[in-house]
Amino acid sequence: MTDSAEIDFMKLEKQAMRLRIRCLQMVHRAKLGHLGGDFSSADILTALYGAVLHVDPSMPRDPERDRFIMSKGHCSGALYATLASAGFLTDADLDTYMKPLSKLNGHPDRNKVPGVEANTGPLGHGLPISVGCALAAKISGVSWRTFVLVGDGELQEGSNWEAGMCAAQYKLDNLVLIIDRNRIQQGDFTENTINMEPMAARWRSFGWDVHEVDGNNMEAVVECLRSAPFTPNVPSCILAHTIKGKGVSFMENRPSWHHHVPSDEELQKAIAELEGGQL
Amino acid sequence: MSRMVDCRNAYSKKLEEMALADERIVAIVNDSVGSAKLGGFKAKFPLRFINVGIAEQNMVGVSAGLANGGKIPYVCGAACFLTARAMEQVKIDLGYSNHNVRLVGISSGMAYGELGPTHQSIEDVGWMRIIPNMTVIVPADAIETEAVMEYSGVHQGPMFLRMSRIPVPDLFEAGMKFELGKAISLREGNDITLMANGVMVCRAVQAADELQKAGISARVLNMSSVKPIDREAIIDAARNTGGIVTAEEHSVYCGLGGAVAEIVTQTYPTKMRILGVPGVFAPTGSAEFLLEHFGLTAEGIRSAAIELLRSR
Repeated sequence: MTDSAEIDFMKLEKQAMRLRIRCLQMVHRAKLGHLGGDFSSADILTALYGAVLHVDPSMPRDPERDRFIMSKGHCSGALYATLASAGFLTDADLDTYMKPLSKLNGHPDRNKVPGVEANTGPLGHGLPISVGCALAAKISGVSWRTFVLVGDGELQEGSNWEAGMCAAQYKLDNLVLIIDRNRIQQGDFTENTINMEPMAARWRSFGWDVHEVDGNNMEAVVECLRSAPFTPNVPSCILAHTIKGKGVSFMENRPSWHHHVPSDEELQKAIAELEGGQL
Repeated sequence: MSRMVDCRNAYSKKLEEMALADERIVAIVNDSVGSAKLGGFKAKFPLRFINVGIAEQNMVGVSAGLANGGKIPYVCGAACFLTARAMEQVKIDLGYSNHNVRLVGISSGMAYGELGPTHQSIEDVGWMRIIPNMTVIVPADAIETEAVMEYSGVHQGPMFLRMSRIPVPDLFEAGMKFELGKAISLREGNDITLMANGVMVCRAVQAADELQKAGISARVLNMSSVKPIDREAIIDAARNTGGIVTAEEHSVYCGLGGAVAEIVTQTYPTKMRILGVPGVFAPTGSAEFLLEHFGLTAEGIRSAAIELLRSR
């Protein structure tokens, strides 16, 4: 990790744009995937691996590494492309996404993919596992941190709230929960399904320190992530307001792009939009 | 018959000993400090004792995270909630992830008798043994419980230890070693084989002694290691004795009887009788009453053996 002054935000933004293009190509090739959530979380993932996490692809199981748990495991495309960019996978690996016998399953497998900390996919698993990681570090008196990225719809699973109470009880100030608040789940907008608000107040009432951020603004995301954990003896929550499908006009904020597979034409159009953006 | 012992005491005493020697060992409970007999552990190792409250899904997820962080977690809770309530976490966070976690299912089977089917756990062996990577052990007495605990300290991968609270007599010599995947012979015999685990082993031994009086020599195998299971011992029993009676404090579906039948039918088909709870929710009654009610007694095993031999 570098000093804040040395962080090249423009470079990270370009990296996040390339990550989205890689996800498009992977999903187009596999004819399966979850691009909407890949795109909403692309900036957060890029920020984590580019400017926050202490991880080393040459020692993926280094006991002292920071843990990052991708609880929204269906956004494996974004995770794998991020891991490739960070050196845990090769770019060629990404072309095998969901192909027969590929290590890149539709949902990540820690025993096949270096850098993956938890097998996720069913929702509501990542936060309890992260609480366990943070507890392990506390018990051992070591300084590595645990970050976990959850989807907003995912928080409809009760296990998250069990874990939320537990993290506060054990004063896990080495744990950072990031909520990808893109407001869309598979079937509809979250608020048309189960009202998730007031989300920040709910987490505060569970004993967490909540900071809100524009989850698609690289500089803001990096600064927020780097300032966490926020408060001694209290777990940290980053409520990242994001846009599902962020970066492509016809994908943004459309529930159908939760797991829509782009046609050849949509692929070209989307890549052109991403490459022609203001970056 | 010697002393009658609640195996939970053996497991908790051993866990404290192991924790003293290996600082990676941690205990996790779902409010079940007393029923899991962990008051001593909590007092001796307060930082390594985690009570997540009444929240089994979180409990199992937390254990996976602790294992990720280099700990060896023992997750101790009533078997009925630990397995059924947290089933997806057990499948994904422990089995599929292959995390090094021990699940200690306390008061399994019908130990909670009068509390009813909500608190009984007669499905857990089936649920656990179907999950890839999961090891399933059902010890027969306090001495074997200690030996299994000792082994669990070096085992790699997730493991389910089924821990009854129904008192049982000592069947083994102190200091016995547990060997994963090995049946243990408690009586030699060639007329028929009685296979049992957990609280049914002492009853199978009694049944064999009764059969002996009638001139029937029954082999008794303690099948504490349900998964992996001793395939060779099963094939030998099928080939060289007149049939197999299995007895378990579990549903007749998917438990020890099912595991044995899966091997017998594909290798050396022979007649079997599978004794257990016959696909019903139990009526009200104490554990002893229910074992009697379902014929899970020495007499039940004896008569099943005779009926099997007569049917040949």
